[in-house]
Amino acid sequence: MTKDFRIKGGVVNRDKKLNFRFEGKAYEGYEGDTLASALLANGERVLARSFKYHRPRGVFSAGSEEPNALVTLREGAYQEPNVRATVTELYEGLVAKGQNYRGCLKHDLMAINDLMSPFLSAGFYYKTFMWPAVFWEKLYEPIIRKAAGLGELSMLEDPDAYDKGFLHCDLLMIGSGPSGLMAALAAGRAGLHVILTDEDFRMGGRLNAETQEVDGKAGHVWAEEVLSELEGMKNVRLLSRTTVYGAFDHGIFGALERVSDHKKEGSGDVRQILWRIYSKRSILAAGAIERSIAFGNNDRPGIMMAGAARAYANRYGVALGQNISVFTNNDDGWQTTRDLHAKGVNVAAIIDSRSSTSQTAPSGVETIMNTAVMDTKGRHGLNSITLTNGRTIKTDGLAVSGGWSPAVHLTCHQRGRPAWNEDLAAFLPGGDLPVGMSVVGSANGTMTLSACLNEGLNIANKVIEELGAKPSDLSVPKAEDETFATSAFWHVKESKKRAWVDLQNDVTAKDVKLSHQEGFRAVEHLKRYTTLGMATDQGKTSNMLGLAIMAEASGKTIPEVGTTMFRPPYSPVSLSALAGRSRGKEFRPTRLTPSHQWAEEQGAVFVEAGAWLRAQWYPKDGETHWRESVNREAKAVRESVGLCDVSTLGKIDVQGSDTAEFLNRIYANGFVKLPVGKTRYGIMLREDGMVMDDGTTARLAENHFLMTTTTANAVGVFRHMEFCKQCLWPDLDVQLISATEQYAQFAVAGPNSRKVLEKIVDKECDISNDAFPFMACGDITVCGGIKARLFRISFSGELAYEIAVPARYGDSLVRVLMDAGKEFNITPYGTEALNVLRIEKGHATGNELNGQSTALNLGMDRMVSRKKDFIGNVLYQRENLVREDALKLVGFKSVSPNQELLAGSHFIGVDKNNVQENDQGWMTSVCYSPNLESFIGLGYIKSGDSRMGERVRAVDLLSKTETLVEIVSPHFVDPEGSRLRD
Amino acid sequence: MIINHPLLGPRDAQEFTYLGDASMIHRPHWQAEDAIDQFHDYTYLRDNPAGSHRELWFHEQGDRSWLVVTRNTLTHEIEKVELASDVAKAEGRSR
Repeated sequence: MTKDFRIKGGVVNRDKKLNFRFEGKAYEGYEGDTLASALLANGERVLARSFKYHRPRGVFSAGSEEPNALVTLREGAYQEPNVRATVTELYEGLVAKGQNYRGCLKHDLMAINDLMSPFLSAGFYYKTFMWPAVFWEKLYEPIIRKAAGLGELSMLEDPDAYDKGFLHCDLLMIGSGPSGLMAALAAGRAGLHVILTDEDFRMGGRLNAETQEVDGKAGHVWAEEVLSELEGMKNVRLLSRTTVYGAFDHGIFGALERVSDHKKEGSGDVRQILWRIYSKRSILAAGAIERSIAFGNNDRPGIMMAGAARAYANRYGVALGQNISVFTNNDDGWQTTRDLHAKGVNVAAIIDSRSSTSQTAPSGVETIMNTAVMDTKGRHGLNSITLTNGRTIKTDGLAVSGGWSPAVHLTCHQRGRPAWNEDLAAFLPGGDLPVGMSVVGSANGTMTLSACLNEGLNIANKVIEELGAKPSDLSVPKAEDETFATSAFWHVKESKKRAWVDLQNDVTAKDVKLSHQEGFRAVEHLKRYTTLGMATDQGKTSNMLGLAIMAEASGKTIPEVGTTMFRPPYSPVSLSALAGRSRGKEFRPTRLTPSHQWAEEQGAVFVEAGAWLRAQWYPKDGETHWRESVNREAKAVRESVGLCDVSTLGKIDVQGSDTAEFLNRIYANGFVKLPVGKTRYGIMLREDGMVMDDGTTARLAENHFLMTTTTANAVGVFRHMEFCKQCLWPDLDVQLISATEQYAQFAVAGPNSRKVLEKIVDKECDISNDAFPFMACGDITVCGGIKARLFRISFSGELAYEIAVPARYGDSLVRVLMDAGKEFNITPYGTEALNVLRIEKGHATGNELNGQSTALNLGMDRMVSRKKDFIGNVLYQRENLVREDALKLVGFKSVSPNQELLAGSHFIGVDKNNVQENDQGWMTSVCYSPNLESFIGLGYIKSGDSRMGERVRAVDLLSKTETLVEIVSPHFVDPEGSRLRD
Repeated sequence: MIINHPLLGPRDAQEFTYLGDASMIHRPHWQAEDAIDQFHDYTYLRDNPAGSHRELWFHEQGDRSWLVVTRNTLTHEIEKVELASDVAKAEGRSR
């Protein structure tokens, strides 16, 4: 039978009972409880199993620093592992279970690891799983993977929605304890735009956990009043349940708001919001975190931080035990003693490591000075402690205080390194703080209530003035300053038993000493060798102990040992929250072509081309293999007419009186003399001489050009041209604008293309061969007055046009063209057929323009002007780029036409070995040519243009295939180019 | 990071793309006697200072200005933001 540990007092709502389940058992708690407080109230002590030794563990803290009480929350797809019970707000119907055990939580079969602990010391894995190497993949890794980790993922998609948001403020307040509230109130009254954040669901910080009064009333009541005033201010935004997890550049902070973590799954609300907060100033009032003391068996359920024991009593009305004791090295433990005693909890003894103190214990509580706890007993929960003086005391709860460490984490997220303070035996904020940040309260080492309130007000008033506002006449409310004398006492050396330093990663004092002994003495080495502070709690309650024990072992001081770097996030942030809405198909926007809907109606198969979806082919009834569709489409273009959406190509509209000169410097070939009404193919180089992109550019008017780029390079080319214009030739009169999405553009290709177009082009526009010859361009109207542009350009090598209309007419135009082409059996073709057609003509695309090819490689050296300046002209002439045996783009044909070719194959002489020295180049593109009834390819091979007819082997060592190929002209079809001029 | 755009005021660095050292403004003359050496250095050699660094940023998700941003690479403090076209002109580039 479980006992009831609920005591009087606290701020939980006793009128509202909540039902929940843990490990399949039903419990009751109150509104305002955490899962930890509710389980403690019900007498449950074992909540978890430790990482390595599978030791039973209970609740250790009352906040986000919790190392022990990790549970798996919710079920099914909503299941979430490694949730800290100490920050899990109780809700009606909550379901949780323990994790990291086999069998049952109370009797974990893996607890055998605890008996093996002599073998599982620091560096165990490094030392053990070394050889033989072949054991790694098959044996060691599966074993380690099985044993590692704590909770398990559901392996189902997260059904919740996560948002991202952006906030701006004058002042970001981090923490709503006494100093934070005071600062927020001052800033709010002065009219600053303030965001006040707190990771807790109940704002007020330690005021909720202490019995001290502020302004003559209970601390939590004062906090409620301040919060209600702040809530009424339009210039103040309160964000509870919000952790500021990182401080980034220029006053930008990352914060995670848990919007509906405290509601039953399926509430319909967004689960969490990842905020990016832009602040002019920030005040960190994150408080301090209590740390432990290392003594034998200090990890048993029932052993808890003293400040947490006080929080459970004062805030939640829950006692740590029925007969507790306190072990402290500072004055704070005495406060816990007084508070619990006042609530009627029997305190067996207070044990203080110091020889004297100003503190007094309540009557009836035994005071034991100059003594420490050396060992503890109790399998599933503490039942006795043994002191260094040999005495054993029966007790079911031990509150431990090793002093408080200011929560300096966010001060270190930029360049700050904390500074050691001897009086507090703690690190304080030091070095360069994030821009605009001040620190107040116990985060700044100001450890007493009245001083915190004072500092909050003073720093806030300073910030208010810096921002040009006027401080209000707010004064500091009356409060006491408690004593906080502490001592640097970390480790009970008399302990023979294992003394835990890092509870979550099961690192003991012995492991730290072993690390020192084995030479891992630098603090960053210590961390990685022992895994100290590397668990999900990042060592918030344990790092100081580790440093102190290392300092002791190496005869150094703690500041000499130093501290590891604090990095974001302060506490774990789920990947779902970081991803926000950017997941699945929403990972990035999808760009659809103007004919997309029509293509869907035709049953097209789509392919991703960058962010675009393009029709890849259009299967017809009866076609069982993609190549059947592609062959049909490619043949239709050569025999009659085909239609393809080419709107994805980049279109850059260039205007201004220097446009021709500008393009002349962007392209390697000449553009100054391009006549109005004509289009020219151009190649542009990068400054290093490699080809950057290619495409056609039309001169629509004297000072108006329209450039096209490849689909893939549209953004990069535009950026490059803006760079050239603004940074290199700022006085050229040129204006650029991207028109890619403004126009729908279709290739109409094939011997019957003109006949199709003539049916839709308005009568007054003459597109006959004489009036509109190869490479002509111009404005036309179609379908009775719709403005369009026509370009007589051809990627397929056939008589062909590209017709462009404003994007909103794209869907109509494709339907009109299909209708007009019916009598010619017009065939829509996708990117696969487009690829076949261009390989048959030897045209380069991304496979050939791979960033390592020059115009010479492509067989376009003659196009490259030697008479003008243009980007890439000088380095293009480099010795090694113009060598005699340079790679040349040529065609390849299987010697036996039915033998398939593979892109990526390397060319090797017929009688040569397959070794690097004999490598002569590689195949860039391959296809089956239905027009040649053969597999063909394009590729780079040394001196290729002078080796026509030679045979080489195309070798692919990955697929272990090779094909005998013949070097041929890359212009497989119509090498004279007569078809496109018809 | 926040870049204080000379025309548009403070903008989040996410709106920009980064190119690198602002020395890229100083493209050598193609007909210089040692043009190949000059272009080699221009294209491939960069200083990598720990401290103040003048660099080119492109406001791609904004007004498409190229900016010269003087940024401390150690602290990320942004000391100065100028329009690259103004800098280029001031440093002798024209047509």
